[in-house]
Amino acid sequence: MSRDLSRQLVLLLPLAILVGAFFLLPIGRLILVGAGGDAGAAAYAAVLTTPRYFESFLNTILLSAGVTVVTLAISTAAGLFLQRNVFPGRDLLIALMTFPLAFPGVVVGFMVIMLAGRQGVIGSVTDALFDEKLVFAYSMAGLFMGYVYFSIPRVILTVMAAIEKLDPALEEAARSLGAGPWTVLRDVVLPGLKPAFLASGAVCFATAMGAFGTAFTLATDIDVLPMTIYTEFVLYANFATAAALSIVLGAITWLVLALSRSLAGTTVAAAG
Amino acid sequence: MLHGTTQKRGWGFWAQLAFTLLVCGFLILPALLSMLAGVTVNFFQGLSSGLTLKWVFQVFELYSDTLLLTLGVALGCLGVTLLIGVPAAYVLTVRQSWLTRLIEEVVTLPVAIPGLAIALALLLTYGGFGEFRRSWGFILVGHVLYTLPFMLRAVMAVLASIDIRTLEEGAASLGAGFWTRFFTVVLPNARSGILAGSLMVVTLSIGEFNLTWMLHTPLTKTLPVGLADSYASMRLEVGSAFTLVFFVMIVPLLVAMQTLSRLERRARSARPLADDRAQAPAVKATAVETVR
Repeated sequence: MSRDLSRQLVLLLPLAILVGAFFLLPIGRLILVGAGGDAGAAAYAAVLTTPRYFESFLNTILLSAGVTVVTLAISTAAGLFLQRNVFPGRDLLIALMTFPLAFPGVVVGFMVIMLAGRQGVIGSVTDALFDEKLVFAYSMAGLFMGYVYFSIPRVILTVMAAIEKLDPALEEAARSLGAGPWTVLRDVVLPGLKPAFLASGAVCFATAMGAFGTAFTLATDIDVLPMTIYTEFVLYANFATAAALSIVLGAITWLVLALSRSLAGTTVAAAG
Repeated sequence: MLHGTTQKRGWGFWAQLAFTLLVCGFLILPALLSMLAGVTVNFFQGLSSGLTLKWVFQVFELYSDTLLLTLGVALGCLGVTLLIGVPAAYVLTVRQSWLTRLIEEVVTLPVAIPGLAIALALLLTYGGFGEFRRSWGFILVGHVLYTLPFMLRAVMAVLASIDIRTLEEGAASLGAGFWTRFFTVVLPNARSGILAGSLMVVTLSIGEFNLTWMLHTPLTKTLPVGLADSYASMRLEVGSAFTLVFFVMIVPLLVAMQTLSRLERRARSARPLADDRAQAPAVKATAVETVR
């Protein structure tokens, strides 16, 4: 129906104007500002060459990678159980575990304070047991916990959907050939879930790299890249550095997601 | 061990159940505690200090303007994403070419790029337009950029699954013009996607912090901005009461989303021969990820 082309263009036009004016133009400006400081285009290398930024960059990458591994492990263990067992309350459990999906980072930060803050659960429990209050909400451990907190609901849905699609015949075959449950898990189930791990792992990593609200609420002295960008922009009014750093950060998160999408195929529509 | 359904429930089942409950407790316990703290007279002393609603009232006194603005922005955001996103989703579905794929990719970018970067870009470009900068429209722009991909995806998933082109060809052969087809064939058939997308857009807009924190002014504060403010400067009970108010706002939306995806899943299992692409688009929409 090619004669509809002009009408279809009319329907597409508002989107094009909106995205052009409020996304493409500003991002272009951001790139220019990033290169427009005293350092010029070298500002884009500052994340590697300036020790302070490099340290924050390294912190962010290590934190995100650690969070991704831990989240994948937890989500797979819980997801396998939830997908493969029928018991009363199962649906409620799944609903509860995906509930924090809609929490903003600030709320997640507050949840960490509730768990590991000065009046938190963990502190009260250790106080009762060992007479010592364990408080770690404002340290790297607290930040790590917060990131795992908001990552689990994101990852577990994708992993469970992938478990549902696994071919049970493969596991039957392995079992009938004498493989024990752990061997089946290691050689059949986990390899079968690899695409889902790639997809949801990438989403998890990218989300952790860009997360801001949680670190902001915990107001730690740990420099993660989004906090560094924020400080440069708001406290030091160092627009060029903030712009360059956020372009680098955005490029990394986008690249990680794009890469996982091309590796895992089109199924990533469900994940990111 | 992994098949508790077919075998007698051994220790493996109980060990896995315990682990899953532990994870669930980790996710839910702090939320329950903060709700409790919001209605406790003195959380440090514990429940024995009694229950009260005074913290909730204090939140309404201090932050009612943020609640109103949040609802306004969320509804405005829904309106814009419906008006712009739904027609665009239709065109992007029926016209598959390198150009439409490129457009889709660009529109989806704000999901993959941290909100902080987008906020900086908007500030550096439009921060000088004082009137616009000070209005809540500035926040609305950020929210629309961020939520639009979710509306597009939800609607596109549904339109692709029902083969809208064939339906349209049928209508065209009966003499229906373009706009008749759009309003009487395309829109009604996309309604489950529109509904799922709408729920997603409103939920995300209500909770958006990363962009909003950068874009807000003292006179344009939304709920999450108020939350951050209360966590930093109010006593724990007030922050908790505010969190409670936030939960009360988003829980109905989340329940609606989960019910919708369950209904779709049921409809799918009732049609075993349906195209695989038809799998619960609303589930996809809720599972869609955000970089925040």
